[in-house]
Amino acid sequence: MTREFSYSLEAGGRAAESVPSEPKLLVERLSVSYDGVAALRSVNLSIYPNEVLALTGPGGSGKTTLLRTINRLNDRIRSARVTEGRVLLDGEDVYGPDVDAYAIRQRMAMVFALPTPLPKSIFDNVAYGPRVAGIRKMARLREIVERALRDAILWDEVSSRLGDPAMTLSGGQQQRLCIARALAQQPEVLLLDEPCSGLDPISTLKIEDALRKLKEQYTIVLVSHNTQQAARVADRIAFLLMGELVEHGRADQVVTSPADTRTADYFQGRFG
Amino acid sequence: MTIPIDVETKHRIVVVLLWLAALVALAVLAFIIAVVLWNGLPAVTLSFLLESPRDMGRAGGIFPMVVSTVAVTLLAVIVAAPLGVGTAIYLTEYTSETALTRVIRFGAECLAGVPSIIFGLFGFIFFVIQLGMGWSVLSGGLTLAVMILPTVMRTAEEAIRAVPESFREASFSTGASRWQTVTQVVLPSALPGIVTGVILGVGRGVGETAAVIFTAGSSLHIPTSIFSPARTMAVHFYILAREGISMRHAYGTAAVLVILILAINTAANWLMLRFQAKQG
Repeated sequence: MTREFSYSLEAGGRAAESVPSEPKLLVERLSVSYDGVAALRSVNLSIYPNEVLALTGPGGSGKTTLLRTINRLNDRIRSARVTEGRVLLDGEDVYGPDVDAYAIRQRMAMVFALPTPLPKSIFDNVAYGPRVAGIRKMARLREIVERALRDAILWDEVSSRLGDPAMTLSGGQQQRLCIARALAQQPEVLLLDEPCSGLDPISTLKIEDALRKLKEQYTIVLVSHNTQQAARVADRIAFLLMGELVEHGRADQVVTSPADTRTADYFQGRFG
Repeated sequence: MTIPIDVETKHRIVVVLLWLAALVALAVLAFIIAVVLWNGLPAVTLSFLLESPRDMGRAGGIFPMVVSTVAVTLLAVIVAAPLGVGTAIYLTEYTSETALTRVIRFGAECLAGVPSIIFGLFGFIFFVIQLGMGWSVLSGGLTLAVMILPTVMRTAEEAIRAVPESFREASFSTGASRWQTVTQVVLPSALPGIVTGVILGVGRGVGETAAVIFTAGSSLHIPTSIFSPARTMAVHFYILAREGISMRHAYGTAAVLVILILAINTAANWLMLRFQAKQG
């Protein structure tokens, strides 16, 4: 599963990599601001197929903004502007003039910090994405829903009560339901924004287990301010601070021998 | 000199006062309903409900008025509900807060405060005369629609605004379009509030006199189409009482009207509960 990278350190501590495959996502000189206040400053980042990349850093460092800019969910925020740079998905500019933002979001599913079940049944929640995409046949929907629930390690807990309201699930179950909903839309990239922030350790463990399996099929970007979680789950870690990408590289390398003192300070718990 | 009162006593006084306020409000309502039913129910028989009035309403029943009331109100709701909910969706989901949206909202609030007789006058001049619809179910229904539109719109807007933003984000993140998000997630969540607004509108429409007496007319016959003139129960009650034709039948009509409104509210509540139980 592990991909070998060779690293050479540049000035500023950034790791430049020579890699075997084309990046799934390429973030180039990306700057984003809210009402003129910069939230991201010229971020460069490559994300490769079938890896888990953890975006980590203290609150307000721009992790969530980066995630929401990648799948154009920030289009909804009126004050948000991409002031510079671009995001490429399979080489195609996500903000290109002919690009359909809805199709982009379908290809890059999102799971939010707090569970966001829709006020529908468990089944209808998971079937939401496929239905939106136009799938109507019940047999096909059932198939997709079961697979998504199995992949999110929730099937055994809910298979007998798919018609129940999603709100009757526990917090941890709701979050796995949201992962299942994201999977059911058959995306290429999974964007997870602090998916375990409101959960207990057992639920967190279940979600981390699910992620390790899911990267076989998807490219995963995981936002987490929790450095231990990043170290446990991620292949690579990117460390953001005040809108700047300070450092990124292989997870063990960033954790054990970071190139930048700010990264070291953060991972050793001196701030954040 | 203030009389020293300890906190516990103060608390008790406040509780008693608030309790009294609630009791008075409820008692007034109960008293009105009781008076209407007490005076009206003796007149209400099956033949009263199912017969046409004779001798200007001194004898016979109120069947044409029941039909007229239902027809005029139904027409008003069929017109006002889509318009009101549509405007609310536009204001909340499709546009940002601008001068125009503030004007629309302010206009709606003003419109909601206009006395119904003004709507009646407007309906008479515009629908009855200008558009040549005459005294008819159509004129009455459209006038009522204009009258209840602001209520329907504002309550729908509030209900839609109360839908958590996280629902919309979750929907958009699956690749859903704005319209899909509105129809699949936002409207179902806002439905209880929207229905409440429509019911408020129905209540206002069913009991309305001034706006329909000029527009639907006061025919004693059963309306056969939306172009027929009609006399609603409220108008019938008004004419019976105002012209001293029959207080007994006036109260009987009022009792039926009150029961109808209670029935509509109860049915709407029951439907809402069922819907929410299903949705969870």
